[in-house]
Formats: sequence, C-alpha cells, structure tokens
Amino acid sequence: MNYIPHTELEKKEMLKSIGASGVDELFKHIPKELRPKSFNIPEGKSEFEVIEYLKLLSRKNATNLTDFVGGGFYDHYIPAAVDALAGRSEFYTAYTPYQPECSQGWLQAIYEYQTIICELTGLDVSNASLYDGGTALYEAAMMAIRLSGRKKIIVDSGVSLIYRTMLYAYTSNLSIEFVETPVVHGQACREDIYKYLDDKTAAVIVQNPNFFGAVDDFSDIVQQAHKRGALAIASVYPVSLGMLKSPGEMGIDIATGEGQSLGIPLSFGGPYLGFIAVKKEHMRQLPGRIVGATVDKDNKRGFVLTLQAREQHIRRERATSNICSNEALCALRALIYACLLGKAGFAELSRLNYQKAEFAKATLDKVSGVKVKRSAPTFNEFTVCLPRNADQVVCQMIDKGFACGFPLGRFYKGLDNYLLVAVTEKRTKEEIAQFANSLEAALCS
Amino acid sequence: MNIPENLLYTKDHEWAKVEGDSATIGITDFAQSALGDITFIDLPKPGAKVEQSKWCATVESVKAASDVYAPLSGEVLKINAELAAHPELVNKSAYEAGWFAVVKITDINEKSKLMNSVQYKEYAQGLSK
Repeated sequence: MNYIPHTELEKKEMLKSIGASGVDELFKHIPKELRPKSFNIPEGKSEFEVIEYLKLLSRKNATNLTDFVGGGFYDHYIPAAVDALAGRSEFYTAYTPYQPECSQGWLQAIYEYQTIICELTGLDVSNASLYDGGTALYEAAMMAIRLSGRKKIIVDSGVSLIYRTMLYAYTSNLSIEFVETPVVHGQACREDIYKYLDDKTAAVIVQNPNFFGAVDDFSDIVQQAHKRGALAIASVYPVSLGMLKSPGEMGIDIATGEGQSLGIPLSFGGPYLGFIAVKKEHMRQLPGRIVGATVDKDNKRGFVLTLQAREQHIRRERATSNICSNEALCALRALIYACLLGKAGFAELSRLNYQKAEFAKATLDKVSGVKVKRSAPTFNEFTVCLPRNADQVVCQMIDKGFACGFPLGRFYKGLDNYLLVAVTEKRTKEEIAQFANSLEAALCS
Repeated sequence: MNIPENLLYTKDHEWAKVEGDSATIGITDFAQSALGDITFIDLPKPGAKVEQSKWCATVESVKAASDVYAPLSGEVLKINAELAAHPELVNKSAYEAGWFAVVKITDINEKSKLMNSVQYKEYAQGLSK
C-alpha cells in the first residue's frame, strides 16, 4: 500500500506554488550538521519475517516464573471473557468514541466504569479514567492545591516511590513544598504528619495498603487534615477494596490508584489504568473526561461527555488539567472484569488474596533465617527480612523458577535485606510450599 | 437592552450597586444574553479579597467558561446561594435575583473608573454594531 498519497506530479505542483525547487529546500534552515547523515531505513520485511523477529524479541521475556512480585502491579487471573468482549471490534477499533450521536455503547460502558469506581472507593464522582496510578495521584495533588489555594503537601513515604517521583517531576516548576514523613513500624507516622500539618497544607497523601503491604485506617489523619482545612488523598489498591475499609468510609476527599489489577495484563509496564474518585463537593475540579447520563428530546436515556467547561478546549490555561484523553479500552476491561466477578465474587477474590498471603506468611515463618514483618496488618503483600542482600536472593530464585519479590533496598535506604512479597489468588498451596523450599535452599547455599 | 440607571458598569459587562461602603455586583443583561444559557457560576468564597478589574468569578454556559472581573476592590461579605441550584436566574434577572456577591468596598474612589448607565449604553450599543 502506498502510504504517501501524493503523486510526483502533485508534489511538483505544490513545490512550484510555494516557489521551492525541491523537497530538500523545505529543510534548508536546519543546519547541515544537525541533519541525519542517512535515514537507514531498511527494505520492508515479509509478514512471516516480521513475526519471527518479534517472536525472537519476546523470547527475551521471562514468562514462566512463578510470580510473587507486586509493588503496585499484580498477577491476577483475567477471565477469558474480558479479552473476548473488549476485543470486539466495535470497542477495540473505535477512535475517541465520544460523540453521543454514534457512541452510546462506549459512553454507557464508561459511565458504568465510573460507577464501579465510585462503588469500590465509596466516593461520589469518578472520571472516565487517567493514564495510570502515578499521574492520577499527581492530578489529585493538583486538585487539592486548586481547591485549598495552598501550596504545601505532606506525603507519607509509604506511598510508592514511583508515584512520589512522578509527583515531584510533574510539579517541579510549580513552587510546591513537599514534606515527606516516615513510615514507622510499617505504617504512616501520625506524630510526624501532625507536626507538619498546618494552615498552609493543601493535602496529606497516603497509600493503602502502603508500599510495604501494610494496611491502615486513615480516618484519624483525615479528621486532623480537615480540621486544618487540608484535603486527604489516598492511593488505593482496588482488589483490596473488596475487603478493606474504603477511602470514602475514612472520609478521604480524593481516592486514586492503579486499575491494572482489574483485568489488565502486566504487559511489562503498560498500558495501565489510572482511576480517581472524589467527594461531590470537589466534582468541578476533577480533571479529564467525565461521562454523564441524561435524556434525549424523546425522554429516552442517553450518555454524553459532561462538565466540559473544566477542560482545556474551553477553559484553556485555567482548565483543571491538560489531560484530554483517557484509557478507554483499559477502563472497559476493568468494567467487564468487575461485572464478571460481581459484588460477591469481588469480595471473595479479595478474601482469597488475603488468606493466601496469610498462608504464605505462616509458611515462610518456618524458613530459617527469614523474618516475616508483622508490625502491621497486611492484605496480599508483606515484607520479609532476609539474612542477606535481597537482590542476590532474587537472582538465585530466578534460577529456581521464581520471581520471588521486590527488593525494598531499591526504593528505601538501609533496607537491602528486605523483600516485598505479593501473593494473589493465582498462587496455589503447592507453589507457595515450593517457594518456601526454594528460598530455604537458596539461603543455605 | 436593559440598563438600570442606578448602577455603575464596567467595560467587561459587570455592574455594581453601591450602597454606603458596600456594593452588590453581577453581570449585565448584555453579558447574560451573549453567554447563552448559564449552567454554573463559580463564585468567590465569603471573606475572599477581590481587586478591581481582576478575576473574581467564572460563569459557565453551554458554550464557554467566561471570567468575571470585580468592578470594585474589597472583601466578599456574602454570595448569592440561590445561584448554585439556579444559575438560570442570571439569564432571567441579571440585575435582581441574579446578583453574584456583596463586597465591602476598600476604596470608594475606584467608582470613578466605572461607567454610568448612559455611558455603558453607548458603549454596549457600539459593540453591537
């Protein structure tokens, strides 16, 4: 197929009308030394050759390791129906399907996705999704700054370092004061948070479970924050919401998080799904697309993008954000996944994760040299202290067929011997037993 | 076009009704007509300080989000709570039921920068041509 639609004659005519002698002349203002020496574009390959090349690349991935790694992204089972439904061409191939005249199916799906996020988080309003949990947390921080008119944010260091790094990078030119407070005995240190909480604080940001896997009830922090006119923001793990106290129940103003666990494969880092949900009173500061339900002139129910005056195509530099996109296909997968599980199924999934992790903790208790940290309750992820460097142990365990966990020393100073282990509903008793045996063997050698 | 005589006006189509050391403010009939159906008004909070000719509120209509500038500097004493549920009051009654806020004026001399009804009428008619 000829991807460039112009004929040679048309090119000549166009060049002539602007008084250029050739295409090269259009680039003459770029200094010679900055132009590429050659474009080195090889000849095209056949479909067969391309597929073989891609297979070669994909064989570099380790896909057969038993996965005990979490750190924000989890190996959950994705029912076949998710692929089957999300893969339907009506959904899969639609581009920016937001014109109500022709996209009612898509708009309804996103409306339902928004509803699910509200039900899970216990909050009032959600949007059509954001890029990932990190940018969602950034948007929440910016909301708090706009809503409070203040420029200081307290961030608990139990929040994923990936998210903190993104937050600081996105806001690096905005003169925002960030104060990081320590994690003590696995949980957010109230003493330190309250020390810094004042009338200049826009928000306090926490994570549940935190990066160490510890579960907490932040109602007390929320109360104190509200007393000082600050907002409370929590980054949460959606699968845990089938069992844990929701951010809404804690009084949290803005809940964000990563939706990858809801029917989206790990895919070496993406695409993922950022979600955000807020209290009704903050609705007008929500960034991104929002789908609303309404009625047409015949009083029939329909769906449209709504509250668009928040967005940059209308509000320009005073818009709530510059995001003008969402992760529709990923949000659709999350919706299908949640609907397949249903309320009871979601709660059961949550419990399974918790119980298997508790079983794993008990199993690892018996491995000599391994100390399971129990200073705080956990959900499906927990921290263990090894007798030596966790990075090394991880390498040894790969040879035994296990992605055994995330070495916490990579994100936290002084924790080189600590390993973060995640156990989802996919991990069987046998796998957990083998994991413990292999770990024991690795530590002995 | 409705232009009450007892009010003062700005080039950006805001009005002010000065009474003693406070003023009620809003947007003119010309403005509400140009904006179309108003769907939401983002008002300042009571206690907020506003500055003459600087942004103090935003009016959202079906087609745009427009900035409203304070006709006079001061402190917001109270805002029109009705507008939250009934923004259409601004379309129906821009000078009465559709008032935005009452401001305690800090500098009465700022009045001199505003137009009276005759001047505003001339100005608005000039724009309409």
